Amino acid sequence: MAHKNKIVPVLFLILFSIMVAILIVSVEEFREGLKEAITLIISGNPEVIEITLRSIYISGTATALAIIWSIPIGLVIGLKDFFGKHFVKGLFHALIGIPTVALGLVLYLLLSSSGPFGFLNLFLNPIGVAVGQAILITPIMVSFTTSAVEAVEPEIKDLAKTLGASEVEAALAVLKESTAGVSLAVVGSFNRAIAELGVVYMIGQNIRGQTRVLTTTIAMESTSANISLSIALAIILVVIVFSVSLLSNLLQRRFK
Amino acid sequence: MSTIAELESATKSYGEIIALNNITLRIPRNEILTIIGPNGSGKTTLLKILACIEKPTKGTLCFNGERVNERNIDRLRLKSTMVFQKTTLFNTTVYKNITYGLTLRGLSKREIAEKIREVLKIVKLEGYERRFAKKLSGGEQQRVSLARAIALETDLLLLDEPTANLDQRNTSIMEAAISHIRREKNTTIVLSTHNMLQIGTLSEKVALLINGELVNVGKPHEILNAPKKLADFARIENLFSGNSCATQEGTTIIDVGGNVQIEAAAKTIGRASIFIRPEDIILSKTKIESSARNVFEGKIVEISDLRSLVKLKIDVGKPFVVQITKRSFNEMQLGLSSKIFIAFKASSVHVLD
Repeated sequence: MAHKNKIVPVLFLILFSIMVAILIVSVEEFREGLKEAITLIISGNPEVIEITLRSIYISGTATALAIIWSIPIGLVIGLKDFFGKHFVKGLFHALIGIPTVALGLVLYLLLSSSGPFGFLNLFLNPIGVAVGQAILITPIMVSFTTSAVEAVEPEIKDLAKTLGASEVEAALAVLKESTAGVSLAVVGSFNRAIAELGVVYMIGQNIRGQTRVLTTTIAMESTSANISLSIALAIILVVIVFSVSLLSNLLQRRFK
Repeated sequence: MSTIAELESATKSYGEIIALNNITLRIPRNEILTIIGPNGSGKTTLLKILACIEKPTKGTLCFNGERVNERNIDRLRLKSTMVFQKTTLFNTTVYKNITYGLTLRGLSKREIAEKIREVLKIVKLEGYERRFAKKLSGGEQQRVSLARAIALETDLLLLDEPTANLDQRNTSIMEAAISHIRREKNTTIVLSTHNMLQIGTLSEKVALLINGELVNVGKPHEILNAPKKLADFARIENLFSGNSCATQEGTTIIDVGGNVQIEAAAKTIGRASIFIRPEDIILSKTKIESSARNVFEGKIVEISDLRSLVKLKIDVGKPFVVQITKRSFNEMQLGLSSKIFIAFKASSVHVLD
């Protein structure tokens, strides 16, 4: 079983390496861009560092915000039986696939200065982008948390209670038992937030020094002939996504 | 005798299904009460209500004279704990499993370590602290569950068929551990079981629960001396009652009627209830000379197929249920009305009171 678990990432890594190798061999522009990108990363280019840190800050804030409401919602849906439970679960599942541009447009209409929530000054603001991303990742986090909680043996809650836990402590015991699934929900949500373009572009508009993040810069610079910066940022984006997943796995094994 | 917990007209229903119906039961302090009854009779629900995990739909539960309600349920829940029939463990080490309830009670790390060492010794799992609980064998896992419960030293310990599906070694360790805490800690225990031996050896009082209703409560011999009702509902086979008398050899002869006198190794006088496990009875087509003290001739009156096993009912003046493998059944070429001998040792006769 452990063998099978290792095969999938190794295969993915091989495929990814083959793809990059093909690009290096066949596209001269990519070759040159990659050289420059590596130089930019190694030399610690201030713009690259700034954009990277802002991306982590915005998506990290979005994930933290989403955790505040999504995990309790997931816990309640997973543990409680209530009228319309299947509908609510289905709704969150369906919302996972919402097009980011569509959500970005709705948020733009709500948060722009002429919108009903314009007074909050979240438009063209990193916190506004974080709020937008938090809304985007809420369905992912809620659905994954619900599934993780439902996968825990139903007797665990009774066990915690008979050992002396209150209702809240028993719910936390169930949450602890579902750590692996909930971690996946958080990591997956962060990765979705940091890699998305639609919401961040519609709310942040890629303003240098304010709302410019990895994805918006990659999109903008690749169309304005600054391919080396795009490649550098794309490499960083992939490294962040892989590192977060890897770190989460390591932490889970450490604290089991 | 004071009462630790008291159910008054308690009913528990899940929608249309009534799991418990109008139960009034007093749990005497410092005794072992055994609840018996067939599967689905409401034993687990009754224990969960006593553990303050479930609330009765109607009626009340009093604990130490205090009526359990929304305000005090979390506090009173700390006074009892339950071991489930289905072994349930946290996904972590044996040590952390036992730590959980102790931490909730505010014990220091040193006290917890001492307590864990003590309880693991009782269930014979010394040195298992760092082992991953879910990777232990089924019997060891259930012993961890018991250790986790007894570490809490609650006033009331509720055990839901704690030895179901365990082998003889694990069952013996569990029974010894239960007797130990009963003796050393004076803990009140409510135990649900299908194991008739545990009624005789462990309990001071027995409650018979059938279809969610409390049919009878009393001392073991009072309940078991009505074997027809018990055998019909609790699915106990080869359960007989009769007058017993001692032999010169130190054994006991019990006259169970129908011209059948059964010799038991255990000593008992007067009215006695006994049972013999179907798998302890040997079948033969001719009378064989053996060490078995009980040999009876009869005929097969019923045959039931249980996949790899065959269950036979043999009338020897009293009906005996015997269980043999399908291969033995085929090789012996048995059929309805076949003449047959049954034999079992005096030590296979279990006296219940």
